[in-house]
Amino acid sequence: MAKKKKNKMKSIKKTKGQLGKKKETAREKMIGQTIGYRYDVNLLPDYKKLTPFLKKYIEHMGWDDLNWLEDVHMGYEEDRPAVFDRNANGWVTIPKKIKLPDNQQDRDMIARELLVKFQMSPNHPLVDLKKAYLKF
Amino acid sequence: MANLKTTAKKTKAQSMGLHTEVLTGKTQQKFFNPDEAENFFYWGTHNVDFNKRTELDVMDMDCRQANNKIDELMSEGYGTIVIKNPQGKHSLGVGILNKLNLIFEGSLGYFGVGSIDGPIVTVNGRVGWSCAENMMAGKVVIEKNAGSCFGAAIRGGDLICKGSVGARTGIDQKGGSIIVGGDAGAFTGFMMQRGRIVILGDVGINLGDSMYDGTIYVGGKIGSFGSDAVESPMTKNDIEWLTRKLKVAEIGSNVDLSKMTKVVAGKKLWNYDALEPTERKGAI
Repeated sequence: MAKKKKNKMKSIKKTKGQLGKKKETAREKMIGQTIGYRYDVNLLPDYKKLTPFLKKYIEHMGWDDLNWLEDVHMGYEEDRPAVFDRNANGWVTIPKKIKLPDNQQDRDMIARELLVKFQMSPNHPLVDLKKAYLKF
Repeated sequence: MANLKTTAKKTKAQSMGLHTEVLTGKTQQKFFNPDEAENFFYWGTHNVDFNKRTELDVMDMDCRQANNKIDELMSEGYGTIVIKNPQGKHSLGVGILNKLNLIFEGSLGYFGVGSIDGPIVTVNGRVGWSCAENMMAGKVVIEKNAGSCFGAAIRGGDLICKGSVGARTGIDQKGGSIIVGGDAGAFTGFMMQRGRIVILGDVGINLGDSMYDGTIYVGGKIGSFGSDAVESPMTKNDIEWLTRKLKVAEIGSNVDLSKMTKVVAGKKLWNYDALEPTERKGAI
């Protein structure tokens, strides 16, 4: 007798419990963070890993540190490394030809550099919107 | 990003002045271009020189005229602008999206320096409600006291008040740092989602009420904790970060950071589940 096909929907593992009700790891308890992010939001930048571009950017802006870029980290989108662009409200994927280091601090610095270059580029998606809707 | 198609035929909505775009297609995957040129300012903004300085007296201007004049000066390359006689006017210095050294010689009214992305602002007086609301990046220093909703919904940058602040400081904060040298009112960090708030003095009742995430550091007494705000032990990382940020803020050099109270979300109000958006789509 032919076996009945299993219902695909049933095979999807349902995540039990809600966030905040799961058992926390020691680190999560310490930093007051639980899962649900695509990166460690509370990871503080290691300033020894600053890239020359970022040093130049900080100097150009007249800031004392990374400023808003402290909150930027390398995450993932569709299983590929990506950075969230708050201006375009979406994830921007890292092309395959860019080889990323294993260290998260180094990866975060690359993420920051790429994001600044992307946001300041005339090819950024907001440029078209700005051209269409600019009021003043 | 969805494609935007404009319908050729003028519809009733269009004739009424409304947009008639039709959203088509799926979400487009965007990639970084590794060969992107070095550029430090947004398209359509100004590359200014900090050494080029000017003064602007706004006594006889309304806020719109003053803001337009600031923009005009930036387009001429002025990187340091001193605003004279702000006289508590509302919404001054808003929407500045490039680097700039902006100095207000006096006090600001409501919604001062809102939605800024990059400038360094100094206010040599007080500020009213919702100062630096929706700030994206940069540094804002208030030399005296600030009103309620200080740094409402800020997303990035450093917002510093050397005096005391009113209620609901950092309400709906989504990133960046708010540093207060004096005391703070009730509901500080209300519904904050990310970022850090530092209060060197005392803080009022309902601290961190309904906060989803983020961290609040308090140097003085706490009126009471809000719903789901809990104390967490200070770590070496916290002290390192505080030492660095207080140096940037130029306050609190004599504060014993190890004795500060760290407050985080208890996560009991997190009622959404852990499914990723893609899994959600599959389940529908």
